[in-house]
Amino acid sequence: MKSLKLIVGGTIAATAALSTFAMAGETVDSIKAKGYVQCGANTALAGFSAPTSEGKWEGLDIDLCHAVAAAILGDASKARFTPLTAAQRFTALQSKEVDLLARNTTWTLSRDTKVGLNFAGVNYYDGQGFMVAKASGITSATELDGATVCIEPGTTTELNLADYFRAQGMSFEPVVIENAVEAVQTFFSGRCDVYTTDASGLASYRQTAPNPDDFIVLPEIISKEPLGPAVRHGDEEFADIVRWTHIAMLEAEEKGITSANVDTFKKDSKDPGVQRLLGTTGDMGKALGVSDDWAYNVIKQVGNYGESFDRNVKAKLGLERGLNALWTDGGLMYPAPIR
Amino acid sequence: MSNIAIKPPSQSGIVNWMKENLFSNKLNTVISIICIYLVVKFLAGVVDWGILNAVFAADASACKAASDGACWGVISEKYRFIIFGTYPADEQWRPLLAMVWFVGLIICSLLRSFWKLWLLPLWIASLIGLGILMWGGVLGLSYVENTQWGGLPLTLMLAVVGTVAAFPLGILLALGRRSELPLIRVWCVAFIELVRGVPLISVLFMASVMFPLFLPEGVTIDKLLRAQIGIILFTSAYLAEVFRGGLQAVPKGQYEAAAAMGLTYWQTMRVVVMPQALRIVIPPTVNSFISMFKDTSLVLIIGLFDLLATAKVAITDPVWRAFYIEVYIFVAAIYFVFCYSMASYANNLETELRKGEQH
Repeated sequence: MKSLKLIVGGTIAATAALSTFAMAGETVDSIKAKGYVQCGANTALAGFSAPTSEGKWEGLDIDLCHAVAAAILGDASKARFTPLTAAQRFTALQSKEVDLLARNTTWTLSRDTKVGLNFAGVNYYDGQGFMVAKASGITSATELDGATVCIEPGTTTELNLADYFRAQGMSFEPVVIENAVEAVQTFFSGRCDVYTTDASGLASYRQTAPNPDDFIVLPEIISKEPLGPAVRHGDEEFADIVRWTHIAMLEAEEKGITSANVDTFKKDSKDPGVQRLLGTTGDMGKALGVSDDWAYNVIKQVGNYGESFDRNVKAKLGLERGLNALWTDGGLMYPAPIR
Repeated sequence: MSNIAIKPPSQSGIVNWMKENLFSNKLNTVISIICIYLVVKFLAGVVDWGILNAVFAADASACKAASDGACWGVISEKYRFIIFGTYPADEQWRPLLAMVWFVGLIICSLLRSFWKLWLLPLWIASLIGLGILMWGGVLGLSYVENTQWGGLPLTLMLAVVGTVAAFPLGILLALGRRSELPLIRVWCVAFIELVRGVPLISVLFMASVMFPLFLPEGVTIDKLLRAQIGIILFTSAYLAEVFRGGLQAVPKGQYEAAAAMGLTYWQTMRVVVMPQALRIVIPPTVNSFISMFKDTSLVLIIGLFDLLATAKVAITDPVWRAFYIEVYIFVAAIYFVFCYSMASYANNLETELRKGEQH
């Protein structure tokens, strides 16, 4: 999933100096002029960004992109997708091939600075975990001393793994397999004790086992992977719109507003917070440089964050909300006030 | 006189053939029986897995239950995506028609009776027609941007446009490399050696990741076009070396005879040298084309959905992920049909063109 990150980091750092950054507002103007938002998407990551059998893009990141289109243009369908590999994604954003990078990209310091990105929030909190066979009797990652681990080469996953085992004073034997699908099949066939990748990936791969109940995902998460949408550095006006679109989707979930009942809320709600969100009072949209019913369009056409999560991540991967629950449910999703 | 009559009748017939070739003595008989047993066993396994125990309906749970059979259901479910990629489902007749047209055009161009001057305008008209069909935006067709193209049409396009454009470029480079003008020679040698010195992946990578950063502000060259140009340049360097081999194989007397007749450089090349040189290099040229056809699958590392990439994307669907073997077999079969046709055609062409040499 994250192969070539390091190489690309270096390449981009070297070339970032050559590229010029967009002026504030330029991207929003160009989106309004051309009439659609061009998004950089993952080539295929089920639940986040993947084409269906009919060739239609679906996923959590894809929904965010549709939401931004709804906020700026009032029409969620005005989003187009460019599939990007991990290596291409930053160049594609810098060279303006895409307006918005919604491609499960981990927010890190060097990407926010050297690579010239501007992260507009976190729409999924992920982290690296382990999967083992239930028959092994292992219930915690601290019992993995001496284990053979199936892993893909050249990824941050591999580095995290080495870091974790060193910190715990344990040893492991890596079984390096180039391709994720093959790595998982090797693990299922019993060639290694452990398979490790991002927790969202583990859950989805577990479903493909001949008998999923034979395998368990260990509770330990050994790295932090806050995944979020990114825009070009210096593109503040557009970053604001993306950031607040995401927040509006969270706020809607917190207030219980869904795509089905948003019209009722808009008509009847006496809650000033809801009225500001849906644009019946105040001029929140104007402040962002979009129409005042921006959030209404987002919720009506795309839905709130919970709806998007359920139909993508939960339906496709069988994952629960976990860290991605609202703060009111013990998660990390804490929308800033819209006022 | 007639040597058919001399042939003993006992040598014909399949039983006799087997007697002679498989069971001629004790050792051969034992080896033959073991081999036949293994082949039958293997084929029985293939038939069991691929046909008898296989699931053909697009039903993932039925597939999971039939653990010792193939799941062709994944193909029934995903074949449209594998063949057409993210091209809008309602409009997929357009790439289908384009593909049929394209393949028909290629087959026509390969038949010797069609080798006339009007083939060139036909190609130009066809390419314009295909562009209209694929992009749309006119004649009531909805516009489909080329980031949505994918699958077999994309693979065919990359390969055929790559071939057609790389062929003349390769000839020019080969001639340039043998040129007596130092400046031209140095340029051609430098280009050929530079391109041959790096893998195709890095050429595609440069085209897709580095190149856009060097362009002036606001100028973007389409990703597909960049990849296509990368493939053309790469193939032309290889073809240039193949053609150079052909040029060297043409006897020096041919050049001298042409010069003695007062032909100019280009006349010599066009009428005397090239026809001979190209005929000699048919096998390595076709070899280059076949390998280029398969190399187009490398564009998946720059996020273009060619045939292999759409197959890989299809099996990231959690429901169907376990049945990747079937998908790869399906794609391999498609590649095989195209590559094998190319190879057979080249064999035929070679025999045809050799007829003049037979004494």
